Amino acid sequence: MPLNFANDLETNVPTVQIDGLSHWFGMGNTRKQVLYSVSMKIDPGEVVLLTGPSGCGKTTLLTLIGALRRVQKGELSVFGLQLRNSRRKTRQIIRRNIGMIFQGHNLLRCLTAEQNVQMGADLLKNLSYRKRRKLSRNWLVEVGLEDQMEKLPHDLSGGQKQRVAIARALSASPRLLLADEPTSALDSVTGREIVSLLKRLAIEQKCSVLMVTHDPRILDVADRLLKMEDGMILPVVE
Amino acid sequence: MQDRKIPLAWLLLTRQPLRLLVAIAGICFAGILMFMQLGFRDGLFDASVTVHKLFDADLVLVSPRSMSSISMSGFPRRRLIQAMAHKDVIGTTPVNWNFLLWRNPQTLSTRAILALGFEPGSPLLIDPNFAEKAQSLKNSGRVLFDDLSRQEFGPVPEWFSEGRIVETEVAGKRVRVAGLVSLGPSFGADGNLITSRETFLKLLPSNPPGSIEIGLVRLSAEADHEKVLRSLAASLPNDVKVLTRQEFIDFEKNYWRTSTSIGFIFTLGAAMGFVVGCVIVYQILYSDVSDHLAEYATLMAMGYRLRTLFGVVAREGIFLAVLGYVPAYLSGQALYALVRSSTKLPVAMDPQRTFLVFFLILFMCMASASVAMRRLVDADPADIF
Ligand SMILES: Nc1ncnc2c1ncn2[C@@H]1O[C@H](COP(=O)(O)OP(=O)(O)OP(=O)(O)O)[C@@H](O)[C@H]1O
Ligand SMILES: [Mg+2]
Repeated sequence: MPLNFANDLETNVPTVQIDGLSHWFGMGNTRKQVLYSVSMKIDPGEVVLLTGPSGCGKTTLLTLIGALRRVQKGELSVFGLQLRNSRRKTRQIIRRNIGMIFQGHNLLRCLTAEQNVQMGADLLKNLSYRKRRKLSRNWLVEVGLEDQMEKLPHDLSGGQKQRVAIARALSASPRLLLADEPTSALDSVTGREIVSLLKRLAIEQKCSVLMVTHDPRILDVADRLLKMEDGMILPVVE
Repeated sequence: MQDRKIPLAWLLLTRQPLRLLVAIAGICFAGILMFMQLGFRDGLFDASVTVHKLFDADLVLVSPRSMSSISMSGFPRRRLIQAMAHKDVIGTTPVNWNFLLWRNPQTLSTRAILALGFEPGSPLLIDPNFAEKAQSLKNSGRVLFDDLSRQEFGPVPEWFSEGRIVETEVAGKRVRVAGLVSLGPSFGADGNLITSRETFLKLLPSNPPGSIEIGLVRLSAEADHEKVLRSLAASLPNDVKVLTRQEFIDFEKNYWRTSTSIGFIFTLGAAMGFVVGCVIVYQILYSDVSDHLAEYATLMAMGYRLRTLFGVVAREGIFLAVLGYVPAYLSGQALYALVRSSTKLPVAMDPQRTFLVFFLILFMCMASASVAMRRLVDADPADIF
């Protein structure tokens, strides 16, 4: 399969297509299966929420989709690119087109809010420094942080940090957003706000979203709800 | 496309100013150590030829048994007269060269001083003012004292400038200072004096009158030095060696370089500085990478290439090198000035050493950076979820 460049990935394929994906941790006696033949699909522009008890494998699934782990068994393709036995370059292209929002926001401590967002925008090719800078500022305005641009993460509240992380993820014009419990560190009002913001921006960007959450109050933003248990995705109940 | 980016390396480095300061101090220290050790080494080699460089000569005759300025052997003075027969030779000066005991006129203690004896009528030094001073040596028992000699020889220049008559003993015989010259102490000699051959032979009666230690040969302007050297070497008996001026200088430097452990000791000192610097830079960069491992992993998860991140660490290394080098260079200059004024050693910042030390510091930083980069491979982007 010829490798596509980041900008001309095919758009009419499912964003994520998973068939019989299994995953194990550890070696030998301590080897333990955490995913059991998972199959699912996310279409372009879809907002999917993933819930399930602690330890059922949600984060593992997310890191596999994000091309952060090696696929051990089963089929997993993102943007139409097969991840099993993929080359480093393929994984890098996929990562570039995925925006990730982590539970611990993971901002770079030495960079201001604006610079953090620009680390995302810097991944865009063919844009001048000025344009990338402007783009980052716009994203910070979008998430409501126009007054905090020069602050270091240290001086921001939890909610503000999470907003910066969202702006950073979106500034690279991703085609898929992966969010792992983005609201867990926030109070319910802020959490609700952040999730609504995420959804609005994702829709504007025609970006698919896969979000892991335990928070029952935000389930209504989803187009689709997936439940996981013991490494398996439960059949959908309407 | 890859135009301006956020100066990530710089921001990572300056995030902890104290650690950066320690790093800079460490590199700076290593740099100063290298500057000083290499400076002393080259300075000592240069200092060994302070007098050699002042002679007015195109070719120099020495005895093949002479090893260095501190062990000069004599050869027959006749060889110079024979050399005069060559059509390109326009002048010669026989010079006696030996160490004599000088009595400090103030403390009356004695110390070895390098004494040069020559015919006051013939040229000895390149310095154009010297010929006039040399006239005063025509009276027996007069010497010209080197005012750059170390303090231990007594306050001779001061007394002389005050107009006092300075008399003391050399090799147990009374001499009077008839003037001052500026030669400078060398590695082998803490001080110098110049006198006439007549006085020299009186001070050192054991020296055979027909024997000299060096013969200065001046050639006509159009002469081919190499050619004259070859023809003189062929025609003169093998109890003399013919050297060019440069060979004469190198002959002395080489002695100190090869027959003593000076070169080794100071090179070892510089190497120590290099190793200390490597350890410090490595420590700093390694802990910097370790501290920011989660952030590097985040960047990888975002789609940054490992190569880009290696570049960040490499740039941190370059910044450290430059930041450490500048104060090292300035301190080096200051310390050289201090050494010059207190030891009278000709230690100076030459471009070669300037580049060498910069290159060593850069190499040190880049080597440490490339080892610290290995830590980056441990950054697992899957860990940050
Ligand atoms: N790096 C690892 N090495 C070994 N086992 C792991 C590793 N990461 C996760 N596991 C195990 O795999 C299982 C699934 O973990 P995972 O983090 O995917 O669960 P989760 O659904 O995200 O849970 P939570 O809701 O608590 O975040 C757990 O039992 C966990 O102990
Ligand atoms: Mg989890």
